[in-house]
Amino acid sequence: MSSRERILGRVRRALADVPADEVPYEEAVSRDYLREHGRRTTGETVELLAENLVDYRAVVHRCDAEELPLLVLRLLAERGSQEVLVPPGLPPEWLAGAGPVRVHDRAADTAGRLDRVDSVVTGCAVAIAETGTIVLDGSPDQGRRRISLVPDHHICVVRVPDQVVSSVPQALERLDPTRPLTWISGPSATSDIELDRVEGVHGPRTLEVILLG
Amino acid sequence: MTGTYLGMPAFPKAAHDAVHDPVLRGNLRHATHTIRAKRARAVGELSDWAALREAGRRIKDHTLRHLDRYLVQLEESVTAAGGTVHWAADAEEANRIVARLVRESGESEVVKVKSMATQETGLNEALEAEGIRAYETDLAELIVQLGKDRPSHILVPAIHRNRGEIRDIFRTEMGEWGRPAPEGLTDTPAELAEAARLHLREKFLRAKVGVSGANFMVAETGTLVVVESEGNGRMCLTLPETLISVVGIEKVVPTWRDLEVFLQTLPRSSTAERMNPYTSMWTGTTDGDGPRAFHLVLLDNGRTDTLADRVGRQALRCIRCSACLNVCPVYERAGGHAYGSVYPGPIGAILSPQLRGTASEIDASLPYASSLCGACYEVCPVAIDIPEVLVHLRERVVEGGPAVRQGNTVVLQPAKGHAAERAAMRAARWAFTHPGALRTGQRLASRTRRLHPCALPGPGRAWSGTRDLPAVPPEPFRDWWQRTRGGKDGAK
Repeated sequence: MSSRERILGRVRRALADVPADEVPYEEAVSRDYLREHGRRTTGETVELLAENLVDYRAVVHRCDAEELPLLVLRLLAERGSQEVLVPPGLPPEWLAGAGPVRVHDRAADTAGRLDRVDSVVTGCAVAIAETGTIVLDGSPDQGRRRISLVPDHHICVVRVPDQVVSSVPQALERLDPTRPLTWISGPSATSDIELDRVEGVHGPRTLEVILLG
Repeated sequence: MTGTYLGMPAFPKAAHDAVHDPVLRGNLRHATHTIRAKRARAVGELSDWAALREAGRRIKDHTLRHLDRYLVQLEESVTAAGGTVHWAADAEEANRIVARLVRESGESEVVKVKSMATQETGLNEALEAEGIRAYETDLAELIVQLGKDRPSHILVPAIHRNRGEIRDIFRTEMGEWGRPAPEGLTDTPAELAEAARLHLREKFLRAKVGVSGANFMVAETGTLVVVESEGNGRMCLTLPETLISVVGIEKVVPTWRDLEVFLQTLPRSSTAERMNPYTSMWTGTTDGDGPRAFHLVLLDNGRTDTLADRVGRQALRCIRCSACLNVCPVYERAGGHAYGSVYPGPIGAILSPQLRGTASEIDASLPYASSLCGACYEVCPVAIDIPEVLVHLRERVVEGGPAVRQGNTVVLQPAKGHAAERAAMRAARWAFTHPGALRTGQRLASRTRRLHPCALPGPGRAWSGTRDLPAVPPEPFRDWWQRTRGGKDGAK
């Protein structure tokens, strides 16, 4: 007997007390929790996102489409970045003009190569106000997962208010589970020393979020 | 479980040593008190916490009651998404499967995301025996691995170490495993985290095989979820070419939507954050992004035995948040090592004796490692009634009776060492079924009350050393009632 059959057999014997006509999943699970916490205008939701991002040590900037390229260049210059990673579908106008060398994300590049790049600029799939979270789903303006992971400086552009939702339940509704998803809430951190939060371990230690509206 | 836990003394003995270690007591007190207040604040932000908790309980209960169906569905979904599913009946089989997969990849080292399941199976030691080196990459697991130590907390395995001890371990041990600690390393947490970043980065960048667990598996979509803070999880899940995830069968949830409950309750219960810094979700493999091969090893190792116990099965709802450890007065004083298992604290006291059985001294003693205060039940985000299961397991230890071990029903013998308790219970049963004798005894006790000692003699001395013996009233209750009818007649 294979282990698969053995385990499934054990499970079935263990559940001999469960009646065959037990209530189905839809009725068994109560969902009387809230879809979002509190009532807010769209503007207030964006405001809450900014607040919660800052609370977990992300740096938040706001600008309109016209100001964006200059802002991105300024952030890269302040950081002293020589090279910036660019996902394949990043809108070209986000990184216009002179500035750091653009490094395109190629499958053949080793992780060691990406480790020498200073910064990365991406878009996002959705942002969650209540938790201060941005979610990447590997779309062309975000690239494969490793590019927003290995460089130490991540600039993420969130289109507000379209990409902002209030809550976790609303975010899951918008996301496609077949895509690889990365939920990011502030820069890398740890609570492993005396259960106290310290920012900055393996992921980007600086997370800058631009609210583009 | 791992060989390092074999021959552990019973909980009272291990705890006795721990409570006399002032450094350990200080470290634990500081850490658990820090997190308690923060958790209460994070939970207080959600006005619907009780409803989320109830939904989490129901989702898990429903899944467990139809576990066979959801496991088969999960297998189909993962396979359809490009993954390979393996089934492991016990720890040895899981370790064998992982070792074989690593060998087939041609590699001799793996990077690991923190995983309770692989701690439980003792995977690192098993791989070592096969000539494969496993590098722990979670900061706390790294501290434990470098210090040749054992984990003492579910979320923060090195909670028993303070910053000074961590610095010393990094200074002396890091060089043995790779890049040494920077010169002049101090004990500030930020510097310690930086040292870990530098030490592990070279390992991440060259890793070809990653090993992980998972917090959740979605049957409907085949999606796996890893919730973490540092980014070591993202590194291990995305940079290697091969990913092997070892996950307990109880981690499955039916639908994608179910995550909306647990992604709200888990971070707030465990690290007291609105959301943990990083959560990775993947479904099989994705062309051009992340590992090209994904293996899921589904682990039983005592879980189906636990499922067979109608009272005890609720322990399988656990999402490993560790809130129950942080509020437990016994854990705070005894520390995690005294529990002799990778699952310490209140949840460990009900999980270990069910996963491993109650045959060993340590497992038989765990259901007693509690004052039954109920704080664990109150904070549990999936409402596991830990005190109820503790009392149930105490009964099993004392009385013996039927239980399921490795899929077979066995009849447990009553444990040794509870003879006095059983004799006392037998005597009580006899007395309560013989009212005449009870009455005579009570009257005798009342009349001789002035002669009663204030401490028990012989083996009872230890018990009365820290407690007052209850005073015997001047008149038995039944006599008082007979005389006064409960004071109705105005008589006193």
